[in-house]
Amino acid sequence: MKALVSVKRVVDYNVRIQVKSDGSGVVTDGVKFSVNPFDEIAMEEAVRLKEKGKVTEIIAVTIGGAKCEETLRTALAFGADRAVHVKEESEVQPLTAAQALAAVFKKEEAQLFLLGKQAIDDDANQTGQMVAALLDLPQATFASKVELEAGKATVTREVDAGLETLEIDLPAVITADLRLNEPRYLKLPDIMKAKKKPIAAFSLTDLGVTPGAGLKASKTAAPPKRSKGVVVKTVDELIAALKGKGLI
Amino acid sequence: MSKILIIGQQAEGKLSSSIAKVVSAAKLVGGDIEVAIFAKDGSGAAAEAAKLEGVTKVLQIDRAENDHGLAAIVAPQVVELAKKGYTHVFAPGTTFGKDLLPRVAAKLGAQQVSDVMAVLGPTSFDRPIYAGNAIVTVEAPAAPAVVATIRLASFQAVGSGGSAPVEKISVDVALPTHTRFVKLEAQKSERPELQSASRVVSGGRALGSSENFKVIYALADKLKAGVGASRAAVDSGYVPNDMQVGQTGKIIAPELYFAIGISGAIQHLAGIKDARTIVAINKDAEAPIFEVADFGLVGDLFTVVPELTSKL
Repeated sequence: MKALVSVKRVVDYNVRIQVKSDGSGVVTDGVKFSVNPFDEIAMEEAVRLKEKGKVTEIIAVTIGGAKCEETLRTALAFGADRAVHVKEESEVQPLTAAQALAAVFKKEEAQLFLLGKQAIDDDANQTGQMVAALLDLPQATFASKVELEAGKATVTREVDAGLETLEIDLPAVITADLRLNEPRYLKLPDIMKAKKKPIAAFSLTDLGVTPGAGLKASKTAAPPKRSKGVVVKTVDELIAALKGKGLI
Repeated sequence: MSKILIIGQQAEGKLSSSIAKVVSAAKLVGGDIEVAIFAKDGSGAAAEAAKLEGVTKVLQIDRAENDHGLAAIVAPQVVELAKKGYTHVFAPGTTFGKDLLPRVAAKLGAQQVSDVMAVLGPTSFDRPIYAGNAIVTVEAPAAPAVVATIRLASFQAVGSGGSAPVEKISVDVALPTHTRFVKLEAQKSERPELQSASRVVSGGRALGSSENFKVIYALADKLKAGVGASRAAVDSGYVPNDMQVGQTGKIIAPELYFAIGISGAIQHLAGIKDARTIVAINKDAEAPIFEVADFGLVGDLFTVVPELTSKL
C-alpha cells in the first residue's frame, strides 16, 4: 500500500513571530524554517506503518519554492522513499493546495494520505479535509491513534468531547494531531541517504490546477498585548484583589 | 442582503453552546440568519436554536445517518442546502466545525476563512495566524459564498429571548457509507464545560501527579469553575487530553482564569489570551506566566491553593 505524506515548510515553532512594521506580514527574512511539526508527526506515522509492514512505499510531497527542497530532504531522511515537489513561488492557499495534493494522490494511486491537522503558520486547518472532499474520500481528522487493516482504518480522534473512534474505508485521508506519536530524531546516515533519493518536480499547471480567487490579506498586526499585573504577597491579598474587582 | 446559514452543532439532541456565539458573529454581518440542525431527531436542538436572538429561521434536517455529526455525512447535505441562495456559511470553531466546514468549502469551490475573531464587514474579517501571535485582516471573495468558522473565544453568546420558526425540511442527497462511527469516550463531569465556563482553574506540570490534581478540583468546586490543564500536565498523564488548554488544545475566554503550577509556555498562553482576568500561582517568580497575569502569587501551590480554597 502506498502512502502519500504532505509536508509544509514553515517558520520554526521556536521563532518569536514579529509583525512587519508596515503591516504587510510577518518577518521571515533571516528566520529559521523547518517542517511543520504536525506534518512531521504524519511522516513518523507513515514510517511506523511501513515498519509494521502495512505500508510498502512512502511518497513525500510539498508545494512551494526552491527552498522547500530542504523540507522534502527532511521527509526523505525520516524514511520517505521518494518525493514530489510541486513548484510554486507565490503563496498557495488551502483550496489550491488541496487541489494539487488531490491530483498527486490520484496520479500515485495511493491508498492513504497522511498530513498534519494544520500548519503552524496560517493555522487554517483545512487542507486534509479539502483533499478528502475533492476526492470524495473518507476523512479522519485530529488522529491520535491509527490502526490499518485490509481495506480499512480504525482511527481515534481527539474531539472536544473526548476521544471519538471512526472506522473508514481506504483510500482515505488522515490528519495527525499532537499525540499520535513522537517523531524520531534523524540520524546522520539517514540524512546522507536522503540526499540520493529521487525528487520529481511538477508545476500547478502540470497537475491541472489553476488557483481561483483567494482570500486577500490587507493588513497584519500584532495582537493586543496583555499588560503585566500586580504581584500579591499573600492569599489574603489575592482574595481582597479579586473581591475588589468583583470577580469572586 | 446577506443570507447566512449556520451549521447548528448538536449532540444527543442538545444544541451546542457554541451556536449562540456563532449567531453573535452572524449578527455583525447582518441579514437573515438561519440555523440548520442536522440530527437523527433535531427537535430539541431546533427549539433551542429558535430562541437565540437574531435567528430568523431554524431548519431541521432529521436523518438517521446524522446521528453522530460525521463530516463526511453532514457535508454533502450542507453543500446542497448552501446552494439555495446563501451568501455565508458559518460553523463554530469546535472540532466539529473544523472537521466539517473545509469539506463544504472545497465542494463549493470557496477558500475558507478559519477562526474569525472579528467581523469588519460582510466579507472582511480578522483571524489569528502563528498561534495568535499575529492577526491578519482578510477580504473573502463574495462568490460562491463566504465560508467561515467562528472563533468562540472572540464572541459573546446572544441571549435566548427569540422565537424563530422551525421548519422541517429534507435535503435529498446520496450519503456515503465509507465512514462509520464506532464510539465516543467522553469524560463525564459535573463541572462546567471548559469552553463555556466563566471561571476556569488549570493545573500544570508542577502538580506532579494525577492524585495531586485534587487540590485543583477542590478550588474549582469552591469557585464553581471548569478545570483545565497545561500540555505538560496532559502529556505526563495527570489528566485526560480533553482538558488541555492551549494552542493545540482548547482556546478559552473565561472571566476568571487560574493558572496553577503552569510556567506559561507560548502554546498555553495562546489558549488563554482572551481570558478577562488571569491569576497565576507558581513558585518560580521568573515564570513567563507572570508576564501576562493580572494577579500573581509566588509560592508553593500545595500550601497556597488549599489556603485559598479554605478562605473563599
